[in-house]
Amino acid sequence: MLTALVFAPTAVALLLFALPRRTAPAVFRSVWVTASAVELALVIVVWAGYEPGGGMQFEERARWIPGAGVSYHVGVDGLSLPLLALTCLLFLACALYSLRENRRIREFAALFLFLQTTCLGLFVALDLILFFVFFDLSIVAMYFVIAGWGHRQAARAALKFFLYTFIGSLALLLGFIGLYLAASPHTFDIVELTEQNPLAGRSVYGALVLLAVVVGLAVKTPTVPFHTWLPPAHVEAPAAGSAILAGVLLKMGTYGFVRIAMPILPEAWRRYALVLVVIGVVSVLHGALVALAETDFKRMVAYTSVNHMGYIVLALGAAAATADSSEQARSLAVTGAVTQMVSHGLLTGALFLLAGVLHERGRTYDMGAYSGLAAVAPAFAAMTGVAAFASLGLPGFSGFIAEFQIFTGSLGPQPLATALSVLGILLTAGLFLRALRQVFTGPLRLPDAPGTPRAFPDMRGHESLAVVPLLALAVVLGLAPRFLLDVVEPASRSVLELLAR
Amino acid sequence: MTEMNENPLDLLPEVLLAASAVLGLLLGSWLPRARQWAVGLLAVVACVAGIVAASVAAAEPATTAFGEAFAVDPVTAASRIVVLGGTLLVLGVSFRPLRGDPRESEFYVLVQLAALGALMMAGTQDLLLFAAAYLLASIPAYTLAGFRKDGPGTEAALKYYVVGALLGVLLLAGVTVLYAAGRATLYPMLGDALRDAPEPLVAVGAIGLLAGVLFKAGGVPAHFWVPDAVQGSSAPVAALLTTLPKIGALAALFRVGGAVFAGSPLPWSALIAVLAAVSMTLGNLGAFFQQDVKRLLAYSTISQVGYLLLPVAVVDRSDLAQQAFLYYLAAYTVTNLGAFAVVCALPRAHTLDDYRGLAKDRPLLAASLVVCLLGLVGTPPTAVFLGKLQAFSAVFDGGYAWLAVLAAVNTVASLFYYLRWIVPAVSRGDSPGPAEGDRTARVVAYAATVISVGLGLAGGPVLDALAGPMSP
Repeated sequence: MLTALVFAPTAVALLLFALPRRTAPAVFRSVWVTASAVELALVIVVWAGYEPGGGMQFEERARWIPGAGVSYHVGVDGLSLPLLALTCLLFLACALYSLRENRRIREFAALFLFLQTTCLGLFVALDLILFFVFFDLSIVAMYFVIAGWGHRQAARAALKFFLYTFIGSLALLLGFIGLYLAASPHTFDIVELTEQNPLAGRSVYGALVLLAVVVGLAVKTPTVPFHTWLPPAHVEAPAAGSAILAGVLLKMGTYGFVRIAMPILPEAWRRYALVLVVIGVVSVLHGALVALAETDFKRMVAYTSVNHMGYIVLALGAAAATADSSEQARSLAVTGAVTQMVSHGLLTGALFLLAGVLHERGRTYDMGAYSGLAAVAPAFAAMTGVAAFASLGLPGFSGFIAEFQIFTGSLGPQPLATALSVLGILLTAGLFLRALRQVFTGPLRLPDAPGTPRAFPDMRGHESLAVVPLLALAVVLGLAPRFLLDVVEPASRSVLELLAR
Repeated sequence: MTEMNENPLDLLPEVLLAASAVLGLLLGSWLPRARQWAVGLLAVVACVAGIVAASVAAAEPATTAFGEAFAVDPVTAASRIVVLGGTLLVLGVSFRPLRGDPRESEFYVLVQLAALGALMMAGTQDLLLFAAAYLLASIPAYTLAGFRKDGPGTEAALKYYVVGALLGVLLLAGVTVLYAAGRATLYPMLGDALRDAPEPLVAVGAIGLLAGVLFKAGGVPAHFWVPDAVQGSSAPVAALLTTLPKIGALAALFRVGGAVFAGSPLPWSALIAVLAAVSMTLGNLGAFFQQDVKRLLAYSTISQVGYLLLPVAVVDRSDLAQQAFLYYLAAYTVTNLGAFAVVCALPRAHTLDDYRGLAKDRPLLAASLVVCLLGLVGTPPTAVFLGKLQAFSAVFDGGYAWLAVLAAVNTVASLFYYLRWIVPAVSRGDSPGPAEGDRTARVVAYAATVISVGLGLAGGPVLDALAGPMSP
């Protein structure tokens, strides 16, 4: 089941290449959209068959490279299932959004389908090497998306993205090898490693392995100071690429923390939890402050990603604090972190798609060039407004649920850090409100396009079709989050049990 | 010592190759020019038969042939299959450009002799036989480097020859000194004797030996012939020079390290570790701003020698070393030959810019190039990734964590120059791309790409097959 879910998109991508070159672009687009929709349906089937609190489910295991301790081992639990669903939803949104894409649509669709395989594969992988394979392939696919369909400076941004995240991935690989050699018998299997806890009592070795793993994941997340690849990559990528990059790929880093670093290296994680808390707080504040200084809409959204991912790192660090905080608070923090991953995926995905709409009409992301758009494009204004308010954590949206849990859970163990991070909310509120006022209110002004001044048409059908479900789900999660929390909570409790060893 | 076991069938792959080379030379003298391809076909048959014979022999337990001078064990078996498979790919890319050439059959014969030298180097357990194999691998290669008889080719051959002759003499001197120190040329006996030998003598002998081996392998500090010889010679020859002799030399070094120097007073592991570090770093630095694709691949091969030396350094310190080494050897050979096959398929493209627009004209060939280059970087799921994983694990296990970290950093650095080639190949070009080209080489490129990915995905059984013990 999971194998089909993971590899079906790549099979469809190969099918696209089997079609003759002269096939009408509409065929490629409809195949892409259909494949993404089927994937979403498959995930819903998995979700329906999933038993909350039942641990790892839908497991599949096959011999792959036994000589090297590598096996093909996949499965889902409450940590990975929400991210699987998010991935499928976002990829469907991107497929719908790209219905007007004309540039080499066949290659574009094939790359996205392949990228979907890597993302889904990473979230179900229960073997470190399998995890790493998908981690690296996602970098390769994203590189080609940015380099092939990006804006003017794309080649440079893509190279920077590739080099940075590849360095991270190699640090990760070294960490994995360290774990492999520490385990006896040598294995890369995550479940076995989790049971063995191979580095218990070996503080220096454990610290080095944790350092390698955390650096690798932190680059991908990204946290300060490894975030500098993010803004150029986002700004130069095509809208759908940015949405996937921010919505799904960044989650690979934080997902790695809860899936690999915390359960397998509990001792080291607890010892250095404070470092993570500090990194989280710095990311929160730095991301918010830099975003506040941005005049470029897309760069601003990119920096708010650094801010939002910072909350997750903060929560995961705080959850490990051994201070006499209650079990419940710490569980709340981990649950909040997972919820934040989903929520951030939905909202940033929507915001980047909306940024794409803005750029498609006005050819620039510079907020100073626009004014009064609400008059001509009310639907666009409304959607951007909803996404922005949800992103800054207004009650009634998913972001609020996530951040509320994170702060409540972290306040006990780390009061000072949490208090500082709450400032981040204030800052993002300020910057989003300022951006909304700048772009949507006041007299109508459009960028000086070369040639005739063009109109600013409102949201088109396929664009709304892509954005509205993301926002709607954010609202549903904000009002009735139980269906998500029921899945996440047992899993986060078990992470904490593993962490307490 | 046991009685002489002179069973030529133990050396069947080598004998087949030698026989086919001699027969080819005779045939070539009689065949009309238009039919000389028959010699190439004979070489292909010999290689395929050799691979079959080597696979059959690999199933038997490890043994030795001709006294103990030649070992038939997993290292030999793997080297045989890799060398012969590599020879097949080289023959494939040479087929078109040499069609109807006045010296077509000579070319095939020389390729086979060079391969035979590599095979002998990989299998030998005796310093004297090793020296003979070294010469057998070298001299045909010098000739091949200058085969085109043009300016760059002559320069390439001359430089290759002069450096090779100098370092070959050092090798012979090293062999002599080691013989003096250990009073034996057989590795197992030499290994025992060197335990008590004076350290300076062993060191001098080892350095002489290393000079020759590193020259064949193209590793730092004996690497400076590589860029010029590779750029100057024709693309099929360049493909050969960067793979076949390397396999033989490194397999020999692996064997020597395990059998001779492991117990000697020399800090052998540390020495090889340093050489590996320097080789991968300098190779990468050299490759950074190359414009010529062959030159870029030449520097990349220097850095790859560094990675290949990782398991060699920990041959006696980690159980993972042998699997890692042999697997990486196979992975590197097929991936590197894949990249060279793409170069051969586009004889008119020389610089990185010439590859602009390749993806539009020849999407499959561009895909092969991308897979092979990313494969050389070590992106999963290609074979080199698994090789690197194994090699890193082995050096970690052997206590050289710093080397693994350095290798990882170097891997990132290498990504930079491989991307400099990938980017023009996949981006749109204004001018028409380098469309016209060599069809056979294209097929070879596809085949190498498929093997490279297939070897990576199905690495399990291969790794298991490589795990047997070396001959005593």
